[in-house]
Amino acid sequence: MQQILEKASKLAEAAEVFSVTSEETPVMFEANRLKHIQSNQSRITALRIIKNGRLGYSITSNPDDTDGLVKAAVETAEFGMKAEFQLPSPTTYPQVEIYDPSVCAVPLERMIALGKEMITAVKGHTPDIICEASVSRDVTSVEIINSNGNQASYSKSTFSLGIEGSLIRGTDMLFVAEGESSCRPLNDVKSITDVVLRQLDWAREQASAATKSMPVIFTANGVASALVSPLISAFNGKIVLEGASPIGNRLGEQVFDEKLGLHDDATITFRPGSQPFDDEGVASRCTPLIQNGIPLNFLYDLQTAARARKESTGNGHRGGGGLPAPAANALVILPGDTSFEDMLADIKEGLVIEYLMGASQGNVLGGDFSGNVLLGYKVENGKIVGRVKDTMVSGNIYQVLKQITAVGNDARWIGGFLKSPSLYCPNISVSVKG
Amino acid sequence: MPDIETIGCLIADEFKKHKADYIEAHLEQTVSSHITYRGRQLESVGKSSGIGGNIRAQVEGGWGFASFNKLDDLPSRITLAVKQAGLAGNGKSYLADVPPITDRVSSGVERNPVDIPLAEKKKLLDEYNEVIWQTPKLQTSVIGYSDGYKKSVYVNSSGSFIQQDRADVSLRLMAVAADNGDVQQSNISLGSRGDFSRIQNLHKDVAEVAQRAVELLAAPQVKGKEYTVVLDPVLAGVFVHEAFGHLSESDFVYENERMLQIMKLGKKFGGKHLNIVDSALVPDLRGSYKYDDEGTPATKTYLIREGKLTGRLHSRETAARMKEKPTGNARAISYHFPPIVRMTNTYIEPGKTSFEDMIADIKEGVYAKNWYGGTTSMEMFTFSAGEAYMIKNGKIAGLMRPVVLSGNVFTTLKNIDAIGDDLDMNQGGGCGKGGQSPLPVSNGSPHIRIQNCLVGGA
Repeated sequence: MQQILEKASKLAEAAEVFSVTSEETPVMFEANRLKHIQSNQSRITALRIIKNGRLGYSITSNPDDTDGLVKAAVETAEFGMKAEFQLPSPTTYPQVEIYDPSVCAVPLERMIALGKEMITAVKGHTPDIICEASVSRDVTSVEIINSNGNQASYSKSTFSLGIEGSLIRGTDMLFVAEGESSCRPLNDVKSITDVVLRQLDWAREQASAATKSMPVIFTANGVASALVSPLISAFNGKIVLEGASPIGNRLGEQVFDEKLGLHDDATITFRPGSQPFDDEGVASRCTPLIQNGIPLNFLYDLQTAARARKESTGNGHRGGGGLPAPAANALVILPGDTSFEDMLADIKEGLVIEYLMGASQGNVLGGDFSGNVLLGYKVENGKIVGRVKDTMVSGNIYQVLKQITAVGNDARWIGGFLKSPSLYCPNISVSVKG
Repeated sequence: MPDIETIGCLIADEFKKHKADYIEAHLEQTVSSHITYRGRQLESVGKSSGIGGNIRAQVEGGWGFASFNKLDDLPSRITLAVKQAGLAGNGKSYLADVPPITDRVSSGVERNPVDIPLAEKKKLLDEYNEVIWQTPKLQTSVIGYSDGYKKSVYVNSSGSFIQQDRADVSLRLMAVAADNGDVQQSNISLGSRGDFSRIQNLHKDVAEVAQRAVELLAAPQVKGKEYTVVLDPVLAGVFVHEAFGHLSESDFVYENERMLQIMKLGKKFGGKHLNIVDSALVPDLRGSYKYDDEGTPATKTYLIREGKLTGRLHSRETAARMKEKPTGNARAISYHFPPIVRMTNTYIEPGKTSFEDMIADIKEGVYAKNWYGGTTSMEMFTFSAGEAYMIKNGKIAGLMRPVVLSGNVFTTLKNIDAIGDDLDMNQGGGCGKGGQSPLPVSNGSPHIRIQNCLVGGA
């Protein structure tokens, strides 16, 4: 890396080399049986330069191609955007614990046993279900050096468990799923399979809803599948800068219900979304996005922050192998004090949404969500009476989250990057076939 | 370091030293470039290059897979993949026979799109951005251009050695209009199998996209309920991909008794006028190729013929398990992933109804065009239209906000009651499955009419 930085520094005013090395070992079960064991090793090296005031960028997975990497960065800098930021100088980073060496030490045999345990628990409850399961361990090392003298690195370990079940009767298909990930080895299979068993219990009977507006509880999974995409885009500093965020000029206003709170937090101990610094070497922090329903901050990387005359919030991400751009680290929707049972008890006729399929295919920028209830239940007189099908739920988050009846005390991590409680909304548009 | 063809030749000899039912290697060398605009200015331009490969082994029905960037220690990767396969396997290996093939396949493009000077690509995109920004009330826009060239080598333990080159070009434009906190967007996705000229001369289409984003601000929302829906070829292509294509991928079926009952060959899925095809053999589309990533020659597969299920898509393993012929549909997005059963170019064959006749007797319906995306759970699907119009008394009426359509595949295919005469293939799609996205595919259809289709709305 030092060699690339030296070569690039001779040809440009500023340069930064970023590399990610990862080694991932997933164990996968198909149709209730162990089927694949994999080992994926990869290393990418990216070079960002500022030449004649403009950004050049190149990336390679070929460890021998340092000259090609430098040449491509110089070539693109001729056309690149004007750089309006300075690369970070040496700085001290927060201590964020995200590496546990015992993750790499988990033997394949133990991973296989965990997968079998999950499948056994679910099949024990519903013998004719067909399960897919995965158990994975991963170690990723990130290193960044720049021509301003900053040099930093970290390693992160991740351990994940996941299970999906499908139950087919005639042409009726039921899908249930749950997963968990952590920077430490996971051993508690039961907390995952219990969620799946609860889904199976609630979906045992069929029920039908009517086409009208009704109260809806979004479980943590439901929030993730229906409501989070429009929120992520609304707080993206780049979308704000372009004037395409509906809340771009509404910081400090009561946009949402005062029960709603949202943070982006990259500093939580042993969470896969945590890290000491972002992909540009900016220190991680916890950024409050919504407090008491009032938007407070947007998420920025260096370049977007400079253009917007703000400071980077440590949200520069290089997803997809391109230049850094603002993205959430780990979103945390703050829990409330209402139990899920109390929310249910309050509903005379309504729905519980666990998974809304295809919800983020519409006008996400504008806040719309609309999807098919892949897993959801009908509530009658405070009780779940069965699973609904052929049902669509639509809305716009700026209307739906303006008035929330209750926020749950049941916050859970979903997929490692979102923690959410259940949200109970009084009026959601439901369309039903037939 | 020697080139990947030489390494491929050496590796074939290594396979013989191992006890496995089957071993294969994929080696890849790639170059690509991208240019992104956000708003009026060019935001990002970059180039990338890559090299890497994988070894996949099958032992007693279990699979081991090792992927890597460093090509200098392949014997130990083979040992690792075989060991993993042995640990995973405890039954019998199934793999359909494919005769050993030695072949070299060129990319078919005269000009590698990655080699076209950045200045030339930028000039075209500048022109498109200029067109977009001539539209009043526009808030912002996004243009994403990317191209790539991949040289791949496939070697297996039955003696195949296949070297294939492929090129890809894709362009996505999005226009965003805003008014008083209301934000509306409109987009267009295009692509080709490496032919840059296919994305040139689209100034008129680009202008329409920008215009539509602005018009959507004033458009009302469709009331959510069941309608008679007419889909344009682009959206009908997404529909056939989502609603039926994924269901015909055998990896969902081959180990699932009940799914097998649903997908019994000969079962009626639609009217006699319904014919659905998947074919990587159609020349020059983004889903086209000569051999899949298991070295199986590509085929044309009728999934539905005259309304009845007649075929499905296979890898070598699913074909052997189901005692059917391999169809050459095992594809991997890159060397980081093992090949899985995927679609290629999927389309509904044209019928005889003209568009005018199709809408003539609709009192109240929805004409849905263009796509944002689509997804499926096998039984249920949703897909979203980029544009929607009401149909009133046989005529196309006003522009509506974009709609999401949803349904049950088993009833919806039967509810297709008219198939147009105007087949058109869309090249802008990328398909996602098993964490592998976006895989270049194309979808197509003529206009189709569906009775009682559920539309989500206000």
